[in-house]
This record gives sequence, C-alpha cells and structure tokens, in this order.
Amino acid sequence: MDHRSLLERWLRGIALALVVVFFMFPILWIVLMSLQTNETILRSPPSVVFTPTLQNYAALISGRLETEAGALDIAFMSNLMNSVILSVGSVALALVLGVPAAYAFARHRFRGSEDIAFTLLSFRFAPPLLVLLPLTLYFQDLGLADTYFGLIWVYQLICLPLILWIVRGYFEDISPDIELAYRIAGHSWWATFRRIALPLAGPGIAAAGLLAFIFAWNNFIFALVLASADKQPVTVGALAFVTASGIQYGQIAAAVVLSIAPTLALALWAQRYLVEGLSLGAVKG
Amino acid sequence: MTTLRIENLTRRFSGQTVLRDVSLEVPSGSTLVLFGPSGAGKTVLLRLIAGALEPDAGRILIGGRDMAGVPPEERGVGMAFQNFALFPHMSAFDNIAAPLVARGVPGARVREAVEAVARLLKIDHVLAHPPRALSNGQKQRTALARALVAEPALLLLDDPLRNVDAKLRFEMRLELPRLLSGRGATVVHVTQDYREAMALGDRIAVLDEGRIMQEGSPADIYLRPATIGIAQLFGDPAVNLLDVVPAADEGVHVALSGRRLSLDPGYAHAAGRACVLGLRPEAIGFAPDPAAPDAVPVTVEAETPLNEKIVTLVVTAGGREILVSRPLGTPGPAMGPAAIRIDSARALLFDRATGRRIAPGRSAPAEAAA
Repeated sequence: MDHRSLLERWLRGIALALVVVFFMFPILWIVLMSLQTNETILRSPPSVVFTPTLQNYAALISGRLETEAGALDIAFMSNLMNSVILSVGSVALALVLGVPAAYAFARHRFRGSEDIAFTLLSFRFAPPLLVLLPLTLYFQDLGLADTYFGLIWVYQLICLPLILWIVRGYFEDISPDIELAYRIAGHSWWATFRRIALPLAGPGIAAAGLLAFIFAWNNFIFALVLASADKQPVTVGALAFVTASGIQYGQIAAAVVLSIAPTLALALWAQRYLVEGLSLGAVKG
Repeated sequence: MTTLRIENLTRRFSGQTVLRDVSLEVPSGSTLVLFGPSGAGKTVLLRLIAGALEPDAGRILIGGRDMAGVPPEERGVGMAFQNFALFPHMSAFDNIAAPLVARGVPGARVREAVEAVARLLKIDHVLAHPPRALSNGQKQRTALARALVAEPALLLLDDPLRNVDAKLRFEMRLELPRLLSGRGATVVHVTQDYREAMALGDRIAVLDEGRIMQEGSPADIYLRPATIGIAQLFGDPAVNLLDVVPAADEGVHVALSGRRLSLDPGYAHAAGRACVLGLRPEAIGFAPDPAAPDAVPVTVEAETPLNEKIVTLVVTAGGREILVSRPLGTPGPAMGPAAIRIDSARALLFDRATGRRIAPGRSAPAEAAA
C-alpha cells in the first residue's frame, strides 16, 4: 500500500464523512433540540452539553403546552392521527384506482390512452396554488371542504399519478405471454390479473405505495387551505407552536421527530423494495 | 375429434398486413408445421388461433365451432411458447397444474396428472423448484408439460425448441412425436428450422410475408418446392442455383461449361426461357472419368466436413460455384481439377422472372401452382 492510495483513502473517508454529516446533522440537531427546553436551545453560544428533558414530548402527548404566557391546548396527537388517516386513506384509494388503470394503460392501446395517462401525470407539474383557489370554492359548494373524504380526494392529485406511472412500468415489464399462457390454461382475465399480474408487479406496487405515502404525509399546502383545525395533519398542525409568547422550538423539534418517525420507519423497512423497485422501473420502464 | 379450419384469415397491424387470406385445414390428430422465416406471420397466426388476437377478416373453426369472440380460456387449446412463459412466482408443479386448477379438478387428481406428465417429460424431480432454478431444458419441458397436462384437443407449439441447446433440440425432435402420438391431439407446430419441420410435420405449410407459399407433405416440399425461395429454405447446404436457358434440340438440355446436361423431356415447354436450375448438393457426385460425356470439368476449391457428410465447393470453368455433398467416409477428389456428374432427374427448374417452379409436363406449357 503506497502513500498515494493511503492519501486517497483518507480523502475518500473525509468526503464520505462530510456527506453523512451534511445529511444527518439536521436530524441529529432536531433530536437534540427535542430533548431541551426553549431556554437551553436559545442560549448563546449554543452547546451540546445540556440536561436532557422529556417535557416537550410530554407536552405533545398530553396536549397541554406550558408557556410563560400560560397554558395552551395543542392538538398534536390528533394531528398525527389525521396524518395517518389522510395518508393511509389516500394511498389506499390511489392503489384501488391506480393499479387497474396502470394495467389498462400498460396492456391496451386505446384511443387517447397516452393523452389520458399524460394528463394524469401533468397533475404533478401543476403548482398546487394554481388549483387551490378554485378547488376551495368548489369544495365549499359541494360540502367537501374540511372533510377527510374531500382531502383524500385532493390528495389523489399527489398519489394517483405517482402510482399510475410507476406501476404501469412494472406491468409493461411482465411478458404478455405469461398472462396469455394463464388465460390459455383456462383462467379468466380477472383471475389472470389477480394471480399473475398483481403478484409479479408486487414490488413495484409496494414501492409506488410507499413513495405516495411519503408524499401524502409531507403535504402541507392542500391541508393548510382545505382543512380546519380538527382535520389538519401534523405538517399544518406544527404551525400552532408559533405562539404569541414566542416560537416553541423544543416542541417543534419533538413534533418533527414524532412526525417523521412513521415515514422513516416505513422507509427503512421497505428500503430494499424501494431501491430495487424504483431502479427496475427506471431501467426498463 | 378436433379439426382446425382456418378460412381466409387476414390480420393487419397499424396498416400493415401481416397475414393475408390464409386458409388451412389441419385434420384431427395430425400435425401441421408452420414453417417460415422470422416475421413471416407464424406467431401471429398461432396467436389468432389461441385467441390472443382477433382476425380482421376470416374465420377460425376449432372442431367445427366458430371461434369469433371466444376468449382464450374457452377455446380448449394448449400452447407452449418459444420463451416458455412460465409463471415465475409459482413452482414447476403449480405451473403445470394451472390448466387443471382452472378446470376445477380436485387436488389429488391434479397431483396424479401432473406427476404422470412430469415423469413422461423427465422433470418429476424438479417439480418443487421455481422456474428460475430450472435449466433451459427443464423450463422447456415444464412449458410442454403445462400444455399437455389437460389433454387439449388442439395443441399449439410456438417454436418450443428454439431456445434450447442443439443436443436437447435433437433429443426433443425425436421425443415429441412419441409424446404427441397416442394423445390424438391436433397439433400446430411453428418452427424456423427446416429439419424440425420435416421431422415433425405430417404436413408443412410454408408461410412468408403473411401468405401460405406452399402446403404439402415434407417430401413434397423438399422434392417439389413451389418457388426458389422455398428450395433455398429447405436443405443444408442450400440448393445450388444456376442461371440457365434450356434448349430443346435433340432432347431438352442446358449448357454447363460447354457440356450438355440433359433434362427431363417434359421440360420442353421451358425451352428458350430464362430459368434457374436448382441442384441439391446431394444430387451431384464426382465423376471417376472426366472424359465421360456427362462429366462436367470443375476445380475443387474447398472441402468442409459437415456431420455425416462432406461438402465440397467446386468452380466450373465458367466461374459458377457449386456445392457438392457426399457421405462421410466416401472417397473424394484432391484439390484442383476434377469432374462432377449431375443426376439430372433430381434437378429442379424455376422460372427466373417469377421464381416459381416449372413442372415437367407432357402437354401444353403449364407453370406449377403452389
């Protein structure tokens, strides 16, 4: 081993460490902040030496925020529940609608099929603010404003195109001969869809579902405008920590930790499928 | 029993006609080989029969029943695919069992039937394996087993031997007729390999550019090919093609390096026409005596052993290259001057303009119809 390769190894190590620090530091800092009081967070100069406290988490879970100006009710846990309901609901609906649609687009060339598929994709390009104002007016007329159903409906703008386009690539990768072989064996097209196409596209469907879940979970603007307090997800609910008596950094940090935990856990668990699924789709789709 | 009838079938894909006016009849229990180069429309025809595609015109009748609008699962056919098309997430057993499961056969009988067909195809020891753990040969046998297990009356084989190695292909070529006979199934077998076509077909239909160019027994196709193209497709080494103009003074003959090669007198009507003489390499031998009147002087240029035969490339004085084949182990000439003798009774004559074979006749000029 000569000195050049040693130097190379050193530089490589430093570069990798920098990358890890760059991406992990905010998360580490947030975790540290969540274990401090507002006073220790705001002292100058900042220090990593402090007495950890769980009072932020306690406040979030009990729903009572003690500030100098007095006690304040916060609905963080119900916000978290709302996030779960909205994300799970919209991904479930998007899967039910999107997977059969993806199959249709993958297997059948019908008049306007490309146009319809592209229109659905274009929902992802449109700035949400552009559609929000008319949507708000419609929703108020239809009585959908401030309902889970209405929000889940709007979240389809996020989830449906994603699932449709990723899963379509997976269905296209399945040789039509495999399905034809199953049909010829005597099975109906519905049985073929269920027992051949769905299981073979399984990893892709899982990856697309997970991505859609993360996008739905992280959505802020639709929920901000279309939901009132009792339907707000955590992304919007976190605004409540900006109180009249100041910004509650500790609680915000604890709320962030709690709200990224489900997606982080889900992503870690499904990491293998996600990477495999997305790269497969990218290469072959 | 099940006769397959195809009547005036036409199929277009985005303006391109891939099958035009194809009519065929496969009698019950017989094997028809669909032979042709890739892109000829063989696979499309098979898929039309299987019900994966619907024809633009024409009818398909299986056992007398018009198949228009009948979905694949109700046609009662079995099919083996060139790419095997096994279900990757199921074991070999479940793959083979799929047609029985669809028919609601009870579990014990499914096991019995699958094991029986697997034993026949020598894959009973790998039934628990998923397709990715099988060798190509085992995959192909699994695909065949799946096509056979439900004893379909009509069996469609889409070049099932294409993706297996040469040794296995040869074995299966011998084995397939044994497997198929006794089942009484009507078989349509697609292939690009003329040997396979000749070995497996009761009849062969040669398909090219979406048309049936010729249909007949293997011997018909080999000995009386309808066109130059078909003559070239059957036979290895390929047929020798020589541009000639037959003359009809003192018997019909063509000139070859200054020698007269007599033809069947029935070719008199072709005299004076631009023709192509087709000579199979095995219809040419070496003449022991170069001075004999029927010997054509040539120069031996190269010699290649080809399995059971030796192929020699010779060049005539006029510069025409001719391939001569003789059985392995028989004596041949050394490099350099030699002479060949042509068995003119086995010569084929084609019209140079149309490419169609000219049949020897006794009466009025008549071109051979396909």
